[in-house]
Amino acid sequence: MIITVASGKGGTGKTTVAVNLALATDAKLYDCDVEEPNANIFIKANLQKIEDVFLMNPSFDLNKCTFCKKCAEFCAYNAIAVLPSDILFFPELCSGCGGCKIVCEHDAITEGKKKIGEIYHGKNEVEIYQGILNIGEARAVPIITKLKSYVNKQNTSILDAPPGNGCPAIEAMHGADFVILVTEPTPFGLHDLKIAINIVRKLEIPFGVIINRYGIGDEGVEKYCKEDGIEILMKIPYSRKIAELYSAGIPFVKEMKEWKRNFIEMYEAIK
Amino acid sequence: MRQIAVASGKGGTGKTSIVASFASLTEAVFADCDVDAPNLHLILKPEIMERIPYKGMKVARIDEEKCTECGACQRACRFNAIENFKVMEEKCEGCKVCTLVCPVNAISMYERVTGHIYTANTRFGNFVYGLLEAGEEASGKLVAQVRQKAREVAEKKGIDLIIIDSPAGIGCPVIASIGNTDLVIIVAEPTMAAIHDMERILSVAEHFKIRAVVVVNKYDINEGMTEKIERFCKEKGIDIVGKIPFNKKFTEAMVKGLNIVEYDENIAESMRKIWNKIENKLK
Ligand code: SF4
Ligand code: SF4
Repeated sequence: MIITVASGKGGTGKTTVAVNLALATDAKLYDCDVEEPNANIFIKANLQKIEDVFLMNPSFDLNKCTFCKKCAEFCAYNAIAVLPSDILFFPELCSGCGGCKIVCEHDAITEGKKKIGEIYHGKNEVEIYQGILNIGEARAVPIITKLKSYVNKQNTSILDAPPGNGCPAIEAMHGADFVILVTEPTPFGLHDLKIAINIVRKLEIPFGVIINRYGIGDEGVEKYCKEDGIEILMKIPYSRKIAELYSAGIPFVKEMKEWKRNFIEMYEAIK
Repeated sequence: MRQIAVASGKGGTGKTSIVASFASLTEAVFADCDVDAPNLHLILKPEIMERIPYKGMKVARIDEEKCTECGACQRACRFNAIENFKVMEEKCEGCKVCTLVCPVNAISMYERVTGHIYTANTRFGNFVYGLLEAGEEASGKLVAQVRQKAREVAEKKGIDLIIIDSPAGIGCPVIASIGNTDLVIIVAEPTMAAIHDMERILSVAEHFKIRAVVVVNKYDINEGMTEKIERFCKEKGIDIVGKIPFNKKFTEAMVKGLNIVEYDENIAESMRKIWNKIENKLK
């Protein structure tokens, strides 16, 4: 079973939930927040690199090129500009789709690989896989896709999604059996939760909501969930102790044993 | 024209609350570039002047009638966007490669309105923001257009400062938000996770040669970690322009739809000091 923990708004406690849930249920953890991976701060596994992630990039043979502009006209990302006797290529815009190579009639384009990130694996109390995007690279999705190739449906796999509602978050939810949306009880939390719910509904994945830092804001999130018939899976109260443990990189199920039960019960209910 | 971006790496460190407070402290065009989870409008309460449709990337669609189920498109699509001879629009990147390889011309590209750009008036002045429809791609492109619009508004109104609320992370929409700005303000938190993320976003700023300063939010939830941030910044030669204590009033203000400067005079004073330091950096 694949459970993705997502959130819409950042900093609501996604990683906290994913890590504690994985520890409580002895599941495999996949850190899909490849822009800012944090889960291993809590798991503290000795990570080993298992794979590089590449994006294909064209290169141009100016001896064969006739400067016909077909490639530039085709490229949907404006990554190529053809001058009368030169080609300008903008790698940061290139999606690696490979289209320019197909349209070139003079065999002037070859494709090379450009490294954009890495996949790591390690084990401490639980097994963890982590993807990481290289600094300055824009495309997180191919790394998440690669990371997901290590997910085995037979096991319980917890995916920690990136924040937001953009393509990387969607890629982390795609193919999941269940999505846990972590939010906080504030107007910001509610606003971004609504967007996230729209996405999960579009993807037709069953989901439930966890309200973290329960008690800090207002009743908006709870009211909204009630009125819309959305299941609230768990409420984690705002507590100085949880916040302190978090800041020091300690999963709170380890120090507050009653929470281990709560996570196991929630997992049983989801199953 | 000077442009400042407020970013954080990690989400939820208080970026938007800080940007919203600047609205009370200076004249600027505010631009919310967190287009897939925008929040600034919840505080600024815009009165919308203009709503501009945003067309993202085109997406492919397969004509079932013509499709012979040969599978050429599925093999060619590098984004795994085609399954069972259907295009999953949320995965399609609009590259058009499938249209090239389809032997029976069954695939064509469609343009759709996938979001909007709004220009608005608020009780503080001018505001531009973008909103992507749920689950749509190409937010980097929308960010670029929001910033373009903000520049137009600023030029028209004779305002020479733009303040940008950037999304979390370090990828495409973040690069689009902080690229070519004069200064990026990184909002950090004294937690191990946030420090790790701060280091990465600072590297991104360095990579694109953008000057960065740091604000430590909720610095008193773990003073040891705050010292760690201070040491790190000192080594790197990055200025910390402010430290903000944890205070429930930030959430209270948010619940009331106010920024912290409007809500609490004492905190307003310290926010003013932070803003003055930032302004000095721009000189
Ligand atoms: S591979 Fe695709 S995105 Fe990259 S330059 Fe060629 S056509 Fe453009
Ligand atoms: S346009 Fe590109 S990404 Fe979209 S389905 Fe076709 S090949 Fe795949």
